[in-house]
Amino acid sequence: MKRYVLYRLLFLLPTLLGALTLVFLLIHLIPGDPVDVMLGETAATADKEALRESLGLNRPLSVQYRTFMFDLAAGDLGRSLYERASVTEIVRARFPATLELALCAMIAAIAISFPLAVVAAVRRGSWIDRSALTFSLFGLSMPNFWLGPLLMIIFSIQLGWTPVSGRGGFGHLVLPAFTLGLGMSAILIRILRASLLRAMNEEYVQTARAKGLSEQRVWLKHTLRNALLSVITIMSLQFGSLLTGSLITETIFSWPGIGRLTVQAIQTRDYPLVQGCVLVIAVSYILVNFLTDLAYRLVDPRITYGE
Amino acid sequence: MLLLLGTTALFAPMLAPRDPLSQNLDQDLIAHSREHPLGTDKLGRDLLSRIIYGGRVSLLVGMATVTLSLTIGVAIGSFSGYFGGLVDQMLMRLVDILMAFPGILLAIAFTAVLGPGLDHVIVALCLIGWTGYARLVRGEILSLRERDFIHAARALGGRPKRIILRHLLPNLLPPLLIQATFGLAAAVVAEGSLSFLGLGVEPPTPSWGSMLNDGRQFLLVAPHLTTYPGLALMITVLALNLVGDALQERLNGRNR
Repeated sequence: MKRYVLYRLLFLLPTLLGALTLVFLLIHLIPGDPVDVMLGETAATADKEALRESLGLNRPLSVQYRTFMFDLAAGDLGRSLYERASVTEIVRARFPATLELALCAMIAAIAISFPLAVVAAVRRGSWIDRSALTFSLFGLSMPNFWLGPLLMIIFSIQLGWTPVSGRGGFGHLVLPAFTLGLGMSAILIRILRASLLRAMNEEYVQTARAKGLSEQRVWLKHTLRNALLSVITIMSLQFGSLLTGSLITETIFSWPGIGRLTVQAIQTRDYPLVQGCVLVIAVSYILVNFLTDLAYRLVDPRITYGE
Repeated sequence: MLLLLGTTALFAPMLAPRDPLSQNLDQDLIAHSREHPLGTDKLGRDLLSRIIYGGRVSLLVGMATVTLSLTIGVAIGSFSGYFGGLVDQMLMRLVDILMAFPGILLAIAFTAVLGPGLDHVIVALCLIGWTGYARLVRGEILSLRERDFIHAARALGGRPKRIILRHLLPNLLPPLLIQATFGLAAAVVAEGSLSFLGLGVEPPTPSWGSMLNDGRQFLLVAPHLTTYPGLALMITVLALNLVGDALQERLNGRNR
């Protein structure tokens, strides 16, 4: 296990470094003068100079890169141009909301997909199975920037069951969590159903049946338990996608998380804040995937990944 | 269904009942009428015509993204898989790093920095899009290059370029076709996402994503502005996913 962790860590470091370098380069990709883009060409020369100085854009690229990395190591993501506050503080204040939404979306996805996939596998070829697969196909094909407004029209505006937007109690969470979780539930239905069907044909399941165990026990103790292994991986990997998916869902439902913050920062051309948000989301995504790899190895020690 | 969507996009100028950019403020936010079967938007522009023209943008971006990503991915994957060695290791580490980065986030950040525009969207989506094809091609070539027919081609003096183009790549067409179909669906959704965030095509060019974003302001008074462009987008993605599923079943089944 120790060798495996070291191997994964060795891979994690260049990945993180690559991601950080990509994010750093983004702000330097701006064609022409980045300060013109941020403040507008009509801004006063003194303001432009001040911004150039504060962002360090008048220094060589290598020096800027080194400063960026050192600041990052100290937890300093720079200062927002418009909120006049530390990017680290702003992001820290918004991150819990995103985490809350992502976790609830995951719970919603599990609540939808697990019963559907199990029933579909048990009744393979039946109308329930076909309905579950159709639901999954629609879930995969429905972009969340359409599903969100559609749910809003039906449940908030016409039926008045849930608040239209914002963060508050459970009612505020229902629509954003379902919007964000639907895509994940569609994937989980397919994978769990396929894993269950595969597990059903394994010898240990047939042995369990031959031993005279009840069908319920065979399902719960042998089939489902083993099929869950592959689902856990996908779930964790999808959790990373939920973090990035939050950009659109949070914008639709005015959810005060890091996703909406990123979009607002893009609209106001607050590039230090854009850089900070993208960096935090990307690093979280990479770390979640890294932890998934480790957790999967703990659950299934046969995994080696070319150790 | 896909053929119908493709034909509609291709012949949009002939099929659209009205100019998608023509404004008529006296007829804004109409739900349905004889002149405007799907209604009008806040500037009185015909929604049906804008949806037809919007399909052009989505499919154009999707096709261009897939073509470009496929070309880059196949070239890099073939080179990496056939020659191996240090270059292969370096290229694959680059692929690993790019694949570890959330694709849509990079595309959003890229277009946010470079500004909206069709070309920026295509480049942004290709930044990570090629990696999947490269990994697929490399893996397949690694397993194919030790097969007898490749040894025979080498023994007959075939040059690497000829072996890759004439012997290896034709064998990769089925998996590439499947991946390209799902890639097209993903690119259509990604373009929609970027346009929805105001980072796709620039107004007044119609795009399904930007139409959905415009419609959000009028959810109470004009829900048709949100319903129809989204429906068009979902039908397109659904059709592509269905084709992808069918291809996977048929081609993988045949391979087995």
